[in-house]
Amino acid sequence: MSTLDSTRELFRRDQVWPFLAPAQAEVNVGNQMILYVEDLNLSFDGFKALNNLNLYINDGELRCLIGANGAGKTTLMDVITGKTQCDSGTVFFGQNHNLLNKDEAEIAQLGIGRKFQKPTVFEEQTVFDNLELSLKTDKRVLPTLFSRLTPTQIDRIDEVLKTIGLAKHRFMLAGALSHGQKQWLEIGMLLVAEPRLLLIDEPVAGMTAQETERTAELLTSLAGERTVIVVEHDMEFVRSIARTVTVLHQGSVLAEGTMDQIQSNKDVIEVYLGEEAAAGEQA
Amino acid sequence: MKRLTAWFSEGRSTGKHTLPFVVILLSVTILASAANLLLPADSVFYVSTYTITLLGKYLCYAMLALAVDIIWGYCGILSLGHGAFFALGGYAMGMYLMRQIGDRGVYGNPLLPDFMVFLDWKELPWFWLGMDQFWFAMLMAVLVPGLLAFVFGWLAFRSRVTGVYLSIMTQALTYALLLAFFRNEMGFGGNNGLTDFKEILGFSLQADSTRVALFLITAILLAVVFVVSQKILSSRLGKVVLAIRDSESRSRFIGYRTDRYKVWLFVYSAVIAGIAGALYVPQVGIINPGEFSPINSIEMVIWVAVGGRGTLIGAVIGALLVNYAKTRFTAIMPDAWLFALGAMFVLVTLYLPKGLMGLYGQLKAKRNSVMNKESQA
Repeated sequence: MSTLDSTRELFRRDQVWPFLAPAQAEVNVGNQMILYVEDLNLSFDGFKALNNLNLYINDGELRCLIGANGAGKTTLMDVITGKTQCDSGTVFFGQNHNLLNKDEAEIAQLGIGRKFQKPTVFEEQTVFDNLELSLKTDKRVLPTLFSRLTPTQIDRIDEVLKTIGLAKHRFMLAGALSHGQKQWLEIGMLLVAEPRLLLIDEPVAGMTAQETERTAELLTSLAGERTVIVVEHDMEFVRSIARTVTVLHQGSVLAEGTMDQIQSNKDVIEVYLGEEAAAGEQA
Repeated sequence: MKRLTAWFSEGRSTGKHTLPFVVILLSVTILASAANLLLPADSVFYVSTYTITLLGKYLCYAMLALAVDIIWGYCGILSLGHGAFFALGGYAMGMYLMRQIGDRGVYGNPLLPDFMVFLDWKELPWFWLGMDQFWFAMLMAVLVPGLLAFVFGWLAFRSRVTGVYLSIMTQALTYALLLAFFRNEMGFGGNNGLTDFKEILGFSLQADSTRVALFLITAILLAVVFVVSQKILSSRLGKVVLAIRDSESRSRFIGYRTDRYKVWLFVYSAVIAGIAGALYVPQVGIINPGEFSPINSIEMVIWVAVGGRGTLIGAVIGALLVNYAKTRFTAIMPDAWLFALGAMFVLVTLYLPKGLMGLYGQLKAKRNSVMNKESQA
């Protein structure tokens, strides 16, 4: 665009200058899509962690990501949440929020919650405080200094405490919880923040069968109202929750479909279930 | 304003140590002051003016330790340069006191301090203007350290410098200022610093009553700073600060701009250090570039480590005890003090990671468990 054109653009009377336009807080989910990941590339020292990755997530969907180690699952989450910068490509949250020019805190405030592979909770603080910190509130410095818990917020925390089964431990230090309980607390911290999109990395690692079952129930109940992306290795668990499964391989999408489709997909059998399985089938 | 008063009145039980601490601090200072002013010098309970000044100095150090603890114990930022903020506050007060000397200096120049006459300067440098006004000098005593901390913190925390790198940078900061203030051309008295003060707000600095008043003001301000800090740290902001200490990336992922929290906490801490410095100078009667020396800043960290970081009361107790020990020790064996200080730091790090306050907690836990066993038996 020439200088003249851009000057004209500036004086158009039907438009507001971009820096004067109010920041749109609402996520525009026209087309029923909440996340658009297109042509994403990222390499670490020549190793292509993400290779032309394309992924679209519907609003309210529960999507499982599977793939061998190094397939780029966690890297993808890092890029979406702003932890890692990608080399090229676009990531849009709804139609109007470009996630690539935002930092972690901004992305979290937009309503993208993340649970890490290794449970990270604030160990020196109580379960209740952990949840209080995660509440969906104004998170700037001064409002935080003067903020007080409203009765609605306390009810919300109580509700989540019940959901995650830690109501009895609310004043216990988070560091004293068992591994499974920490996983639950971290899920609780996500819930209390009321995110639009949840990115959950290996939620059932280290959980007992019973806990796993409850997690599956919780995640399926969330879908619809919120969008959930789960990364998991436990195939039983994936089968029990997933409607749509995406298989990643070497930084790009290998296959996408229902669990049954995936399991009968030749490419997937070859790279994911191992060559022996493929060989076994041929025999 | 209304919001502020509401904020202070709610939730009286902020930290179980606050009320006893304030009561003990104020009653001891009032008793000591009364013993100095009202009792005759030959009375058993008479407190000498020397002791009063010494206590006042300790309280300044306690306030400084509080500043270090807020940033280190609560937010995990190990600053090895807090002496810089302390000294800057001190220099602001020193400049005011210099201007108060007027024509009573050795050279009798009504406008220029002695060292400027000695350097053959003809007029006052611009940064000395206005320093004859007490309110302006006090404003500078909090503003200059605060501004320096803001700029430094803004640059460091935004580029996510943490841990030992940050500590080294703070150390470099105070060392650079040390070298700068040593230069005569800087206009801060160079090597000798600022001294030979006569009076503050028209009261003679040599008078017992002035010394006692300074001591009382220091105690009151320490109490105020203690209560305000306790209040800040027990608000949700305090919880965010702890969260940043324990897992900064997690705090970012739940939506907190951790760099901003760190910058503002750093500024708050620097302002407290500046106030402590401004109170320190009229009591000891001198400020020189030595206050910027890295050793001083490291000593502050040791006070906090000995007392127990992460508890405000621990920082105060640590500063008082270590400085009392220093006074006694340097009187008996001056050369051995640094060895004793080093040994103390090593011992505390090895055996008392939570300092004396942690020891108190351990003993209490032990007693409780013994009592539980007895009651079960």
